[in-house]
Amino acid sequence: MTVTLGKDLIGLEHLTPEQIRLILDTAEPFKEVSERPIKKVPALRGKTIVNLFFEASTRTRISFEFAEKRLSADTVNVAATGSSVSKGETLVDTARNLEAMRIDMVVIRHGSSGAAGFLGQRIRSNVINAGDGKHEHPTQALLDLLTIRDTHGKIEGLKVCLVGDVLHSRVARSNIWGLTKLGAQVAVCGPHTLLPRGIEELGVTVFPRIEEAIEWADVLNVLRLQLERMEKGFIPSLREYYRVWGVTPERLERSPRPITIMHPGPMNRGVEIDSRVADGPNSVILDQVTNGVAVRMAVLYLLAGGRPELADAAKRGGGGAE
Amino acid sequence: MPPKSDRTILLDARAMSRALQRMAVEVAELAHGTADLVLIGIQRRGVELAERIAKLIEKDEGVDVPRGALDITLYRDDLETVGPKPVIGETRLPVDLTDKHAVIVDDVLYTGRTVRAALDELADFGRPKRISLCVLVDRGGRELPIQADVIGQTVKTGPGERVEVQVDELDGHDQVDLVR
Repeated sequence: MTVTLGKDLIGLEHLTPEQIRLILDTAEPFKEVSERPIKKVPALRGKTIVNLFFEASTRTRISFEFAEKRLSADTVNVAATGSSVSKGETLVDTARNLEAMRIDMVVIRHGSSGAAGFLGQRIRSNVINAGDGKHEHPTQALLDLLTIRDTHGKIEGLKVCLVGDVLHSRVARSNIWGLTKLGAQVAVCGPHTLLPRGIEELGVTVFPRIEEAIEWADVLNVLRLQLERMEKGFIPSLREYYRVWGVTPERLERSPRPITIMHPGPMNRGVEIDSRVADGPNSVILDQVTNGVAVRMAVLYLLAGGRPELADAAKRGGGGAE
Repeated sequence: MPPKSDRTILLDARAMSRALQRMAVEVAELAHGTADLVLIGIQRRGVELAERIAKLIEKDEGVDVPRGALDITLYRDDLETVGPKPVIGETRLPVDLTDKHAVIVDDVLYTGRTVRAALDELADFGRPKRISLCVLVDRGGRELPIQADVIGQTVKTGPGERVEVQVDELDGHDQVDLVR
C-alpha cells in the first residue's frame, strides 16, 4: 500500500504512524535543498499559496513562506488586521473569495480551535493548519519529531517530557499525538493549573515536580509561558514560575544522562528556560527552526496537486520519466 | 517481480562488467584525461554505476575521480500528474561544478525526460564547462532531442517493454533484463 496524506493537514490526531513517517522521511532530502547555492527547486511551479494568518506569527509564517518559495510556489500573505477580515467578513467568505482568484493551497493560522478543519471541508484548495486555537499545530510537532529523530536516531522508546503550559498549548497537543503514535513515552510537567484534567487518559505520565521530570526524561520540550496567563491567575508570578518550574543548569546537572532541550519559541529567557540552558550544548532549539522549513516543504510537496485522474491520462499517452 | 512476465537477459554479470570497463575508458577519453572530471549518478542505480565507473577510471589512471548523486524528482515535468508523490532520494554533489566536466551517469536512457530534468538541476549547482551523458543501456524511444555520449549497450524496444537493471550493491547481483 502506498501511503498518501489526502487533501489537508489539519492535525496529527488523525494521521497514521505511516503517514507521519512519510512526512519525516520526505523532509530529509528537503534539508539539502536549503544548503544549495540556489535554494530553490521547481516542484511547485505555478502553484499559488495563500498564507492566511488571523493571529500574529513571525517564525511560523516566515518558515512557511521560505518553504513555499524554495519550492517555487507563488505566495500571498494575508494578515487579519488591515484586511476585509477586520471588516467582519466570515472565514469561509474570505477563503471563497481567495479561491475565486484561483489559488491552490491555504496555510491558515486562526484563534479558534477547529478553524482549519472547518475551512478544509468547505473549499477545494489544500488546507494546512499553521495553528488553530488550542487544537493543533501539526507542522510544529512534525519539526519537533524530526529534530528528536535526528538527535537520537529514533523516536520509539524515547522519554519525552513537555514542560509548562500544556493546557493552552496546541504545540503540546500535536506533540502528544505524534510522539505516542511513533512509540515514544510521553510525560507532562507543570503547575496543575496549566495541565488539562484527565490528560493521563492519553497515555501520558504526569510529573508534579520538574526535578522528577528531569530525572526521567531523554528530551525536554519546554513550552512557552504566555505572559498573559499570569494576569488571569494561572500562576502567581514570573519569578516564582522560574523558581519552581524553570529549566536551569543546576537542575539539569542532577540528571543521570544528557537531556536534549527543545523549545518551540519564542522563548521567555529567565522564565521557563534559563539562558545557559537555551544556549547550552544540548540545546537543539535552532535545529528545530532549520528543520521547520524542511518539514513544511515536505508537507507542501506531499499535499500539492494530487490529481491522480491526470496520472492515468498521462500513462495512456505514454511518456513520463523512465 | 511478476513471475509470468517474459524476461530476456540483455547483459549478464560478466557482460555488464566488460561494458562498464569499456565505458570507463571511453569516459576518460571523452574528457581528455581526468582533470576537472566529475561523475554524477542519477538516483537510484545511476549512483552505483557512477561509483563503479569512477573506481575503474581511478584504477587505470591512478587519480581520484569525484562523484556525486543527483535526485531529479523535484525537477520532473510530470510531478503534477503522478499519483502518490515519488520518494525523493539523496542529492550530494561533492564539488562546485563551475568549470568542471560533469558526466551524468544513468542506468537506462529512454524518453530523455530524466536527463532533461538533470540538466536543469545541474544548472542550479553551477556552470560546468561541459556536461556529457553516459548510460549503461540506450533503449531508444526518445521524446526529447537528447543523446548519450557513452553507451554500454543499445537495444531496440517497444513501449510495452521494460529494461530492468540490477546492480550487486542494491539487488545482490549484476544483470540487465528486457521484460515484456
